Amino acid sequence: MADLTMRIWRGDQDGGELVDYEIDSQEGEVVLDVIHRLQATQAPDLACRWNCKAGKCGSCSAEINGMPRLMCMTRMDQLPEGPITITPMRTFPIIRDLVTDVSFNFEMAKRVPAFNPPAMPEGGYRMQQIDVERGQEFRKCIECFMCQNVCHVIRDHEENKVNYAGPRFFIRYAELEMHPLDTNDRRELVREKMGLGLCNITKCCTEVCPEHIKITDNAIIPLKERAVDAHYDPVAWLGRKITRRTKRSAAEAAADRP
Amino acid sequence: MADYEHHSYDVIIIGAGGAGLRAAIEAKQRGLRVALICKSLLGKAHTVMAEGGVAAAMGNVYPEDNWQVHFRDTMRGGKMLNNWRMAQLHAQEAPDRVLELEQWGALFDRTKDGKITQRDFGGHRYARLAHVGDRTGLELIRTLQQKAVSMDIDVFMECKILRLLRDDNGAVSGAVGYWRPTGEFITFSAKAVILATGGVGKSWKYTSNSWEGTGDGHAIALWAGAELIDMECIQFHPTGMVWPLSVRGILVTEGVRGDGGVLRNSEGKRFMFDYVADMFRAETAESEEEADKWYDDHTAGRRPPELLPRDEVARSINTEVKAGRGSPHGGVFLDIASRRSAEFIRRRLPSMYHQFMELAGVDITATPMEVGPTCHYIMGGVRVDADTAATGIPGLFAAGEVAGGMHGSNRLGGNSLSDLIVFGRRAGMGAADYVEGRADAQTLDVQQVQSIIDESLEPFSRETGENPYDIQRDLQELMQSNVGIIRTGAELDEALTQLEALKVRVDNISVKGGRVYNPAWNLATDLPAMLTVSTCAALGAQARKESRGGHTREDFPKPDPEFGKVNMVLSQPNGSGMNAEVKLDPQPILIMPDDLKALFEEAK
Ligand SMILES: Cc1cc2nc3c(=O)[nH]c(=O)nc-3n(C[C@H](O)[C@H](O)[C@H](O)COP(=O)(O)OP(=O)(O)OC[C@H]3O[C@@H](n4cnc5c(N)ncnc54)[C@H](O)[C@@H]3O)c2cc1C
Ligand code: SF4
Ligand code: SF4
Ligand code: FES
Repeated sequence: MADLTMRIWRGDQDGGELVDYEIDSQEGEVVLDVIHRLQATQAPDLACRWNCKAGKCGSCSAEINGMPRLMCMTRMDQLPEGPITITPMRTFPIIRDLVTDVSFNFEMAKRVPAFNPPAMPEGGYRMQQIDVERGQEFRKCIECFMCQNVCHVIRDHEENKVNYAGPRFFIRYAELEMHPLDTNDRRELVREKMGLGLCNITKCCTEVCPEHIKITDNAIIPLKERAVDAHYDPVAWLGRKITRRTKRSAAEAAADRP
Repeated sequence: MADYEHHSYDVIIIGAGGAGLRAAIEAKQRGLRVALICKSLLGKAHTVMAEGGVAAAMGNVYPEDNWQVHFRDTMRGGKMLNNWRMAQLHAQEAPDRVLELEQWGALFDRTKDGKITQRDFGGHRYARLAHVGDRTGLELIRTLQQKAVSMDIDVFMECKILRLLRDDNGAVSGAVGYWRPTGEFITFSAKAVILATGGVGKSWKYTSNSWEGTGDGHAIALWAGAELIDMECIQFHPTGMVWPLSVRGILVTEGVRGDGGVLRNSEGKRFMFDYVADMFRAETAESEEEADKWYDDHTAGRRPPELLPRDEVARSINTEVKAGRGSPHGGVFLDIASRRSAEFIRRRLPSMYHQFMELAGVDITATPMEVGPTCHYIMGGVRVDADTAATGIPGLFAAGEVAGGMHGSNRLGGNSLSDLIVFGRRAGMGAADYVEGRADAQTLDVQQVQSIIDESLEPFSRETGENPYDIQRDLQELMQSNVGIIRTGAELDEALTQLEALKVRVDNISVKGGRVYNPAWNLATDLPAMLTVSTCAALGAQARKESRGGHTREDFPKPDPEFGKVNMVLSQPNGSGMNAEVKLDPQPILIMPDDLKALFEEAK
């Protein structure tokens, strides 16, 4: 009958433990389905986040057998035999059970200087598909924050959280930087205040991204190149970007934000 | 004495999907103090799940398109039950609202000459849906979210509103809720409240909706004295996943059909050709050859019947399955694999590809999908004034899926995302106009607040009692079987009786554990709203003795012109809350002015 053992972390800020639940398996289920069945039958107060159940909202991130995954997109029949361990994301403070306090990410979002396009011409902006596609890759981000969770810069060093935007926001800066219409220049900001220099391109973020965004190759590395250029050789930078509008300085851009 | 935190604002917005975010931006731009409140984290509302696109007659692909055509399609799709003024404003303003999103950072897919491209969807005469692959809702919510954050709007996330409060003059004065992460209570006083709480689908067994779709906004509006209309008009989207069972109901975007996918039964037949209603015959293809020409050039043939409005397609699938011509797991086949290249499918429908691959182990570039109807959207909702989004209660506004009228008895695909930004903005304007120059809201009635808090805590005080998950499951079974896609008078009577029994059980819920992020308690606080909206849906369905749009009665299979002239208006004149009586009163719909009527004459 009960052929599954779910080993789930239960607890709160004060501590907790792994608790084993025995439950029978059903065809085609994902991890989140089993959690829901546990809630309905054995553990009504077991806390977890979810919304879409289809990999679209990024709510249900957890560590499954130690690997950061979306619970709604992890099929039970693809996990190895034996007990399945489910723990909350480690980098963020615990609220309860599988729910963590991810407010760090929302704070970092507030620090991003806003998109700033030129006035829109009659009938809308004209952009080519090939140009929007670069930004679109980063805009696929569902804010599951698993890349933030695995990034050792904050996973192992709580103190870095004050000045480190993390991979999710490096792609946001990259997206704005590559946006065909944007006029803000955030390169200094991202280098000096957002900790781009702390990233040493381990690529762990790229590996866990459920949207398969090439965070390091397509965002962080180009951003690092540009930020370095901006810092050491603004003339060369301007020369290369001659076809683009002149961007505002980082100080001006940051002034948009309190 | 009060052990809860309190906040005071000019406008509070309950709900942070597209409608709530757009309303908040508008009110904030007017210099007001604004709070945005949502049950989940910011950016996780239903809007994020929308796939296919946002409808706007921009004419980028078909220059012939304009607001009049969009208006006409919307009204016909809604079987003329729509609030014509909402449909008009929506069609007129949607293009500007979409362009505005690009000013805020959205990146839509392009045409060759660099404009926003548009795709075909059911019921829309021209390719009209601006989109980003099949993740348009993500683009829309993220853009609005980033705009709202850049404006420093105060956001209260994972904060659930339980009830609204009114002052001595009957105007809305605030709301009471609790923080899900701590279980602590919170009150807001506000000069105006905008409801943008989305839909109700979670009361059905097979649904595309998330746990949030419990109809809280519908219920708290009704309890506060507002009117709901046409709650029987519920959209069953024709194509939800049917297998594996655990994903049954998850949406398969209409974009699959817009991009060339066709429906077949177990005999391999494109059965939709057999189900073209008279109203749509003149514009629908008669043969597969004709239909197939249309995809490339809309003037070379008429529309394929797979792209009829959703109610027509959902009913047809239902009939095929009942007749024994369904797929192995009780759906029909949606086939794009044999019709488009693998490269095309992966580019146009990336998240569908992903979804079927990961959840069902099906490669949609090689094999047809199995699909069937799923409860998706409620057309009915809070009765509002089209221009201002005002409800009948001073200071209370509603926009987005929670508002009724815009879509009549059936919504066209893509018309929701556009609805959110058009009427989200109008609700923000309406609330701002109302608020400006008003004195601060009166202090909240402490006793009223306390009784709301006490009521919500009752489940903890019962040692033994009902498990809220059991009640939810029984409610979902009941609504699925008795107030589902095809209804009968006897089944609706039975549903109303059983709903009363479920209410008794809700009053006997027992919850264990603390208040900190306790999903069982959360569900216990959702259930009164779910029971209220379910009752409204069943009452409306019982009273509307005809079939129209998303409401189909087996015992009254045809539309009845007399019923086409009325909205089913629901209210609670005596008492308030889940156990108070809901009154139904048919009232005449708004009469369309002659110049708009003429659009329908011309089209004939
Ligand atoms: C899978 C799917 C695909 C779709 N595809 C399309 C499409 O392609 N095109 C289209 O036009 N439409 C589509 N729709 C429909 C459309 O997405 C929804 O109708 C629309 O997003 C609803 O937006 P909203 O702003 O009204 O509410 P929602 O986005 O549902 O947001 C509701 C908000 O209210 C909050 N809330 C609810 N109750 C409370 C409470 N008690 N206290 C505090 N906060 C509360 C929630 O937390 C949430 O923030 C789709 C829907 C689904 C489910
Ligand atoms: S590549 Fe950089 S951002 Fe990504 S996980 Fe490694 S250190 Fe962190
Ligand atoms: S970049 Fe990828 S891993 Fe990071 S938050 Fe976005 S979707 Fe998640
Ligand atoms: S529930 Fe939305 S990503 Fe898992």
